[in-house]
Amino acid sequence: MNIQEMILTLQKHWSGQNCILVQAYDVEKGAGTMSPMTLLRSLGPEPWKVAYVEPSRRPADGRYGENPNRLYQHHQFQVIMKPSPDNIQELYLDSLKKLGIDPLKHDIRFVEDNWENPTLGAAGLGWEVWLDGMEVTQFTYFQQIGGLEASPVTVELTYGVERLASYIQDKENVFDLEWTTGVTVRDIFFQPEYEHSTYTFKESNTKMLFQLFSMYEEEAKTTMEKGLVFPAYDYVLKCSHTFNLLDAKGVISVTERTGYISRIRNLAKSIAKTYVAERERLGFPMLKKEEK
Amino acid sequence: MAKDVIIEIGLEELPARFIDDAEKQFLEKAANTLTELRIPYDSITSFSTPRRLAVQIQGVAAFQTTIEEEAKGPAESIAKDADGNWTKAAIGFTKGQGKTPEDIYLKEIKGINYIFIKKHIEGKPTMELLPVFKEIIEGIQFGKNMRWSTETLRYARPIRWLVALFGNEVIPFEIAHVQTGNKTFGHRFLGKEIILDNPLQYQSALLESYVIVDSKERERLILEGIHQLEEKEGFTIPVDPKLLNEVKNLVEYPTVFLGSFEEEYLVLPSEVLITSMKEHQRYFPVISKTGELLPHFIGVRNGDKEWIDTVIRGNEKVLRARLADAKFFYEEDQEQSIDFYLEKLNRVVFQVKLGTISEKVERVVHITKQLTSLLELDETVKKHAARAAEISKFDLMTNMVNEFTELQGVIGEKYANSFGEDPVVAKAINEHYLPRQANGALPESIVGAIVSIADKIDTIVGCISVGLKPTGSQDPYGLRRQATGILRILSARKWNISLEKIIEITQSLYQTLSIEQAEADEVTRELHEFFQLRATFLLKELAVEQDVIQAVVSKEIGMFDYTEEKAKLLSVKRNDEAFKSVQEALVRLLNLANKIDKMFVDPNIFETDSERALFEQYENSITAYDEANANKDAQQALSVLSGLSGPIHAFFDNNMVMADNIEVRDNRLALINRIAALIYDFADLSLIEWKQHF
Repeated sequence: MNIQEMILTLQKHWSGQNCILVQAYDVEKGAGTMSPMTLLRSLGPEPWKVAYVEPSRRPADGRYGENPNRLYQHHQFQVIMKPSPDNIQELYLDSLKKLGIDPLKHDIRFVEDNWENPTLGAAGLGWEVWLDGMEVTQFTYFQQIGGLEASPVTVELTYGVERLASYIQDKENVFDLEWTTGVTVRDIFFQPEYEHSTYTFKESNTKMLFQLFSMYEEEAKTTMEKGLVFPAYDYVLKCSHTFNLLDAKGVISVTERTGYISRIRNLAKSIAKTYVAERERLGFPMLKKEEK
Repeated sequence: MAKDVIIEIGLEELPARFIDDAEKQFLEKAANTLTELRIPYDSITSFSTPRRLAVQIQGVAAFQTTIEEEAKGPAESIAKDADGNWTKAAIGFTKGQGKTPEDIYLKEIKGINYIFIKKHIEGKPTMELLPVFKEIIEGIQFGKNMRWSTETLRYARPIRWLVALFGNEVIPFEIAHVQTGNKTFGHRFLGKEIILDNPLQYQSALLESYVIVDSKERERLILEGIHQLEEKEGFTIPVDPKLLNEVKNLVEYPTVFLGSFEEEYLVLPSEVLITSMKEHQRYFPVISKTGELLPHFIGVRNGDKEWIDTVIRGNEKVLRARLADAKFFYEEDQEQSIDFYLEKLNRVVFQVKLGTISEKVERVVHITKQLTSLLELDETVKKHAARAAEISKFDLMTNMVNEFTELQGVIGEKYANSFGEDPVVAKAINEHYLPRQANGALPESIVGAIVSIADKIDTIVGCISVGLKPTGSQDPYGLRRQATGILRILSARKWNISLEKIIEITQSLYQTLSIEQAEADEVTRELHEFFQLRATFLLKELAVEQDVIQAVVSKEIGMFDYTEEKAKLLSVKRNDEAFKSVQEALVRLLNLANKIDKMFVDPNIFETDSERALFEQYENSITAYDEANANKDAQQALSVLSGLSGPIHAFFDNNMVMADNIEVRDNRLALINRIAALIYDFADLSLIEWKQHF
């Protein structure tokens, strides 16, 4: 099964569980969790079910396309369900079966892994799912988001698309994976991998990035003060990605590193609060819809 | 008629580390509750897997035991008035017990008559009481709890089913919207749904569905599988009990398998290979009969032998990817130099207020040099220690440690050796992290011990100076562990240096730095208090009691090996009848010490022979005491002090200390102060609860 078919299969499966299929969010981010479709929507009492593929950028993991397992940008298939359904583990295992993974022929296990993202004031409990010893999915019950208690609890499934594909297609090198018939990951992503690595580690304009960080931060603050949560959050994402670029280049000066992280966290926290307040002001529309 | 009980909590996969303890709690709580409720039973056992915790109780009585109970009321004198009629108090008592005064009888206790009532408490049907298991289940404590869905209960993982049977009857209760029933589930993939109609079927019904509910049995099967492979393949598989314990709690039906990796990866440091296998993948590494690591590993699958080849291939692929990564890092790291990494330490914060790791390293170098010089170690050791301190943290900047953080120090030693450092220096890089746990191994080399102390004291003094003292369970910088480490090293090394001296050189260094910090005297006081608690902890492990500990550490902790000797000696003397008279003399003197602030004694003012004799004995004792001290001979030092007890008794018997003549009085108090100072130097004997009297 190629990656394209995998994605279609997962989309069909979760769509069958009443997940809204949305598209990837158009701002750079380090993980699918950071999409507002997850981070903001998992806040507050409104029910929410969504699934999407998220290209995730990790500048520090860039390896010029030379490492068989590491990428500047990889793909996550993200499923979010609030409140977490009682049969979520079964639903997940069904999705693996649909991907052609017969549990009787493999060793599938749920191994404790507690997730924490201090930058977003977020924490959750759950597992990494092992397929014959390989971590293929992160399975998390959110307990806290943006410093707020998650209630009801959202469950998040993050499939590592390339990881899973390398297993399904039995390939040692991520670049050899087939995206669709006759097209490999190398064909599509090798050049951007190489160029982004070069940019990140060598060519980026450090001074400009520092300026951008401050400008994005400022814009996030002023926008948020006007109660415009989503645009404000976009700027938080931009802050985070800019920070990641600077950090990967090793130019975040000594004492400042923790400072930067806490600046982003403070923004994320106040946006989380504002988001819940805004939804409340609107009367939690999704909650009413559910009741009808 | 007696029946059996089975209670099973079905859960989403529990963290392996919680399972054994949760099973034990479940068993104990169940047994205690049945006893409290007076429900007799024959036997009770418990089971656990990642997906279930269960207790099985055999021969549970159908009824709670009926009992006759006696309730004691007021004394007869209060229960009856002058005319012999029951008083309000007596009537109130009987009412409270649901009885009338006709039921009263008298009984004598220690010569006084009291009124009593006999009560008959009828046992209830057990079935009515068994829903108590709801509280038992909810009462199991886990290291970390979570919430799920819209439930308010906090538990280790979501509860998905509950089995509760008394005979074939379901015990009705509900937890987090899960109702009890008679339905359980076998292995996630190999098993099926199981309807239990007899609690004693539990183990066998689950076994048929590929679940071994007895965790000891799973452990045994894993060991058996390992031993079979050892015999067949002719190699050795060292079984780490911690890993075995974890692995048995990651599976419901274990099947042991052998996997392999390419020999080329054996060039990696063995610690890297072992960490990849053990910590990351939960495999058991394999060694040859001569102890060398072999390119194989032992894994445990949660399932049977079917398709095991696919499972093995998958596991090999994962390990290969990890090792390929590690090898890439290893080769890249080797291309750099120690200086390259040291330069990078400039960019990493140790602690916001305490600066970068480079700055920390500079402080550690300074303290190391001071220590080697105070200890008058030879030039080679001094040189090695300074170099080891200087490069102690370089490996933190390597790709390998970035990837395998738990190997800090270990990688440092390996790399330092390959970069051509002296092996003594290389070893100290690893050893300066020791002890890694409070009771872990200590540095073997003198250089490692010195740098270990320097690194730890810098962290402790630094953190406390900027207000980062551990509170309650919060000790993010591991200061307690490090303080214990310092004391243990000092105790083992028996160096002639007191803890206070080490603190002093560190504090004076901090005085020269531009770090915003609390006032020095205040920090010294906090450090003393902090180390006192650590010293107390260690002395308690030597079975020294609190009062003796206070006596030896209240003033200063000193040279810790000597302090330990004093504590052990005093623990004996405290119960020694022969020491009573000595102790009384010394303590009597301490009780009068420091009434005035004067230490100068003028022999010309003495009025009596006993005064002169005491002073003379004191002066003669000083040299002997100092000598014993220098040899850290606690026995001898105390014996010198004991020599003063006769003259002290004579002094108190023959003199009024508080003489009318102020000059005479002050001279006597000064003499007491001088002697007291000598005793305090040994220990504050007035803090000991002497036990000779008993």
